Amino acid sequence: MHNPSKLTLALAALAFAAAATAPSFAAEIRVMCYQDGNECDVTKELAKRFETENKDVTVVVDTVPYKAITEQLPVQLGAGEGPDIARVTDLGGLSRFYLDITPYVKDAKYWEANFGKALAWLRASPTDKGIYGMQSQLTITGPFVNKTLFEQAKVPIPGPKATWDEWVTATKAVAKATQTPYAMAWDRSGHRFAGPAIDYGAKLFDAKGELVIDDGYKAIAKKFVEWNKDGTMPKEVWGGTGGSSYRDAFEEFKNGRIVMYLSGSWQIRRMGSQIGKAFDWVPVPNPCGPAACTGIPGGAAFVALKRTKSPKEVGRFLDFLAREDVYGEMMAKTENLPAHSGVAAKGVSYNVGPAEKAALNVFVGEVGKLSPIAYQIQGYKLNRAIFLPTVTRLSQAIVGEMSADDALARLSKDIDEQVKAAAK
Amino acid sequence: MSTHGTANRVGLALTRIPGLLEPLMRGAQTVLGSARMPWVFLAPNLLIFGTFTFLPIVINFYYAFTGGVKLYPSERPFTGMENLATLFECGSYFDPSSCRQDIFWRAVFNTGKFALLQVGLMVVLSVLTALVLNRKIIGRGFWRGVFFYPVLLSPVVVALIWKWILQSQGVLNGLLVGVGAQPTEWLTSASWMFFWVILVSIWAHMGFYTLIVLAGLQAIPKDLYDAAEMDSASPWRVFARITLPLLMPNLLVVIVLAMIRAVQTFDEVFVLTGGGPGSATTFIVQFIYETGFAHAIHQYGLAAAASLVLAGALLVLTLLQLKATRSGGADK
Amino acid sequence: MSVRTYLLRTHGRTRLDWTDWVSYLYLVVGLFLMFGPVLWIVVSSFKTNAALSEFPPSFLPAGQKTTEVKGHEGRLPVFVVKLPDGTTKEMVELRRIGLNATMVDPAKPDEEVQVNINDRTKTRELRVATENYTQLFGKFSFGRYLWNSVFITVVATLITLLFNSMAAFALSKYKFAGQKAVFLLIIGTLMIPPTIILVPNFLVISNLGLLNSLWGVIWPAVATPTGVFLLRQYMLTIPDELLDAARMDHASEWQIYWRIVLPLTAPALAVLAIFSVMWRWNDFLWPLIVLSKSELFTLQLALNSFQGELQTEWNYLLAMTVITIIPVTLVFAFLQKHITTGIAASGVK
Repeated sequence: MHNPSKLTLALAALAFAAAATAPSFAAEIRVMCYQDGNECDVTKELAKRFETENKDVTVVVDTVPYKAITEQLPVQLGAGEGPDIARVTDLGGLSRFYLDITPYVKDAKYWEANFGKALAWLRASPTDKGIYGMQSQLTITGPFVNKTLFEQAKVPIPGPKATWDEWVTATKAVAKATQTPYAMAWDRSGHRFAGPAIDYGAKLFDAKGELVIDDGYKAIAKKFVEWNKDGTMPKEVWGGTGGSSYRDAFEEFKNGRIVMYLSGSWQIRRMGSQIGKAFDWVPVPNPCGPAACTGIPGGAAFVALKRTKSPKEVGRFLDFLAREDVYGEMMAKTENLPAHSGVAAKGVSYNVGPAEKAALNVFVGEVGKLSPIAYQIQGYKLNRAIFLPTVTRLSQAIVGEMSADDALARLSKDIDEQVKAAAK
Repeated sequence: MSTHGTANRVGLALTRIPGLLEPLMRGAQTVLGSARMPWVFLAPNLLIFGTFTFLPIVINFYYAFTGGVKLYPSERPFTGMENLATLFECGSYFDPSSCRQDIFWRAVFNTGKFALLQVGLMVVLSVLTALVLNRKIIGRGFWRGVFFYPVLLSPVVVALIWKWILQSQGVLNGLLVGVGAQPTEWLTSASWMFFWVILVSIWAHMGFYTLIVLAGLQAIPKDLYDAAEMDSASPWRVFARITLPLLMPNLLVVIVLAMIRAVQTFDEVFVLTGGGPGSATTFIVQFIYETGFAHAIHQYGLAAAASLVLAGALLVLTLLQLKATRSGGADK
Repeated sequence: MSVRTYLLRTHGRTRLDWTDWVSYLYLVVGLFLMFGPVLWIVVSSFKTNAALSEFPPSFLPAGQKTTEVKGHEGRLPVFVVKLPDGTTKEMVELRRIGLNATMVDPAKPDEEVQVNINDRTKTRELRVATENYTQLFGKFSFGRYLWNSVFITVVATLITLLFNSMAAFALSKYKFAGQKAVFLLIIGTLMIPPTIILVPNFLVISNLGLLNSLWGVIWPAVATPTGVFLLRQYMLTIPDELLDAARMDHASEWQIYWRIVLPLTAPALAVLAIFSVMWRWNDFLWPLIVLSKSELFTLQLALNSFQGELQTEWNYLLAMTVITIIPVTLVFAFLQKHITTGIAASGVK
């Protein structure tokens, strides 16, 4: 009574099951990648070239949203799961999952010479000397302004040493004259906030090297809350959502609803493609406070993960990406600033329009002005302990849920709790 | 015609499956005896429940009493009641800002307020709608479906639809401007967003409960209404004296079911407001999610402790539901 | 009878009274409130990005007129320009630098005129931005996400129907020790919000090797307490005599289940199937945790992640939302009668 149809049904079921969990046979390394512009697409291209030069390795690049990197990846890594390489921004926070690829790269000294400072950001402690990944870009935070609006309002653009207050006055005048709804907006991010904080004298670290909310931080925080409340800045960027989730104000800038936008160099490509010639967008040097005129360096890095079963291949792929010609090409195509000193010295031949070129040069000029505190906070393993609660608490102050003083007091407590929890 | 043939063939193929399983099950019956067969039938379901519901609950329980940021239970230091103590450390339980975990307590109050208001309003609207649907109207099946449509939409979609409408440059403000009123910044006003969260939640779930209430209405014998009509009773009297008392058991169950769901609200609110503005629409499940997942420093223990508090609240509500069903009469 | 009488017939009553009018009004308002928002999002999804940022928003999708000009590549935007002599003319913009726009009359493409950008306004025409949808297919591996969603939904529903009906059969057609306890236990899981057991469940799934597999999404979801409850309620109404007769004919328990009880439970199975399709299609949080390889994403995941990502590229976001709603709307349109009667029938008594 056995019908062939029964057998085929069973086989079909097996095929279904197999298809959903297909194994692979070559040495395969998976790269979990997020992109602001086209970084993952370019990486895919370069990975294909790597595969032709290294026929025994397959490189699969997964483009995932930024949220997956910040929320899913750490939990996966905690369970011993995840990719072989990941493009991450919380460089220090995930350091306990990194693999030291020093034994797997061709020349460790090459890495030290070219990626020196950035390598430090990936290390768990100052005495650590391992190579844990490759900095895929150097980003710097800084403001963009809508030059066309300044011209329409006939207001001169403030000079390079102008203070935040002067910029607020100028942009408010421009907004009024051109009937633009708001003067300025900052991305909803503690990392973005840190720049102006350092400008206003925040030291971020106390004598013992621990995070602290000092008078400088409090001063800028209070100013920022005021600016949001009095209509200088749009409330909905920081106040329109809850928790500590990231939100940028790119759309507001693109739609001409703000005159000035504090973001960073990674937005250049997006500005070029989405704003284009609609108006003149130009980055300007970071405004000054009493203490500094700094942005915060950063950038995503391709990190090697301990859990990989193919460490040699991981090393080879990262070595490939770190090659001067390959890295230079990646920078040119993604319109990012190089973290590779060799490439930076030679200069990158960006194939971009004049607006983008000028923009990149402005940011290159900012590198020299970075405050040492900026480098320190970027490299600090637990910087999320101050970045995320800053967003949550200041948002609460902005929407009037608590006073700015209460918010700052809470912020201090949050930092302590998180640092204590991480220490266990 | 061809689809009929294919459907037949698929159906025929599916009926062959018992042929595959029959000898297996008959064998089991012989070995275990027919008295134990119910357990065989229950086995797959219980296996899934056991692995993916009960086991995680036990693990979660353990998490609540441990600290640290490691994922594996074996790597976590035992801290006893510390997490619960952290949660309950308050100057006054009625003032969240006096608490150590102020966002947790705000979430507790928000969730309670939300559950009461949303369920209350939704049940009233459901009863109203069911009363209307119970009448002799043209195209009754269609109208019933109308209210049920939003129930089929996923929480993410529901949130995005309404987020789009409530944008400061969105259609709602557009309509207001059109009639000469002032546009409002809905998304940055704490009180308005709380209102909208309730409204959106009602919009998305009302249809389901309306149908349950409708079933309850239809169970009321018609001759009671005929008798009332012969006495020329006013509609209000009919409702108060006949409909409401007989509908009460059904309503009680609906209320408790709705509350259980309301207390667990997360997806649609999270996508719509992210818990904001500030913490105005932060509910308990969001607190658990953020503490354990979204923050870079994963405080699994604290999140698990909060989930114990939530489970406690739900336990109380479920017991209430069981009591309501029992007193309603029909239970097996 | 006349048309008027037919339309106003009230199944028995001789005329409509005020309660009828109020009822119809209520229903029409309800129709508008329930369907309106969805309709708005469908209409909005056909607007260009520029049209989306207009305020107040227009109902119909519109965009700026573009046209081709001899000697220049591509389509260029058309503006209405205020000329120095006070008249207005439609002109095409070649380029803009600072506050100065270089415009031409398309009929005289060699005469370039410098116009201040404040003296020009955009033109409008009806423009259905279908590229929001077509580009979506290019941008995201749409077909892949669709397949993943369909696979999960179909397979999970089939398994759900099987497992839940087996459990419901055991709980309704037998009497055995511990039966009540098992039933209460199953119902009790209704009060566990999935978020609570998210992290431990993640541990379990990863230890079973089901991470980044569609089966990791399917298996935990197939034992639904609501399903067991629904089917059990219905099976209780099947007379036991049928089963006893079958047992006397030496039918095995499995045969009784498969050939007698299950076919009789068909209406409730249909309702559960519809619910299961709806739940699995809309599953969000759990797949988010289990699936991190983008080729395994379901439609809901892709929708959410691109919500965060493009945050605000609303045109693609809206188009994707609409596409995600289509299957559910189709199910609704064709099976609405079954859903609504099914819930009423096996509703909570």
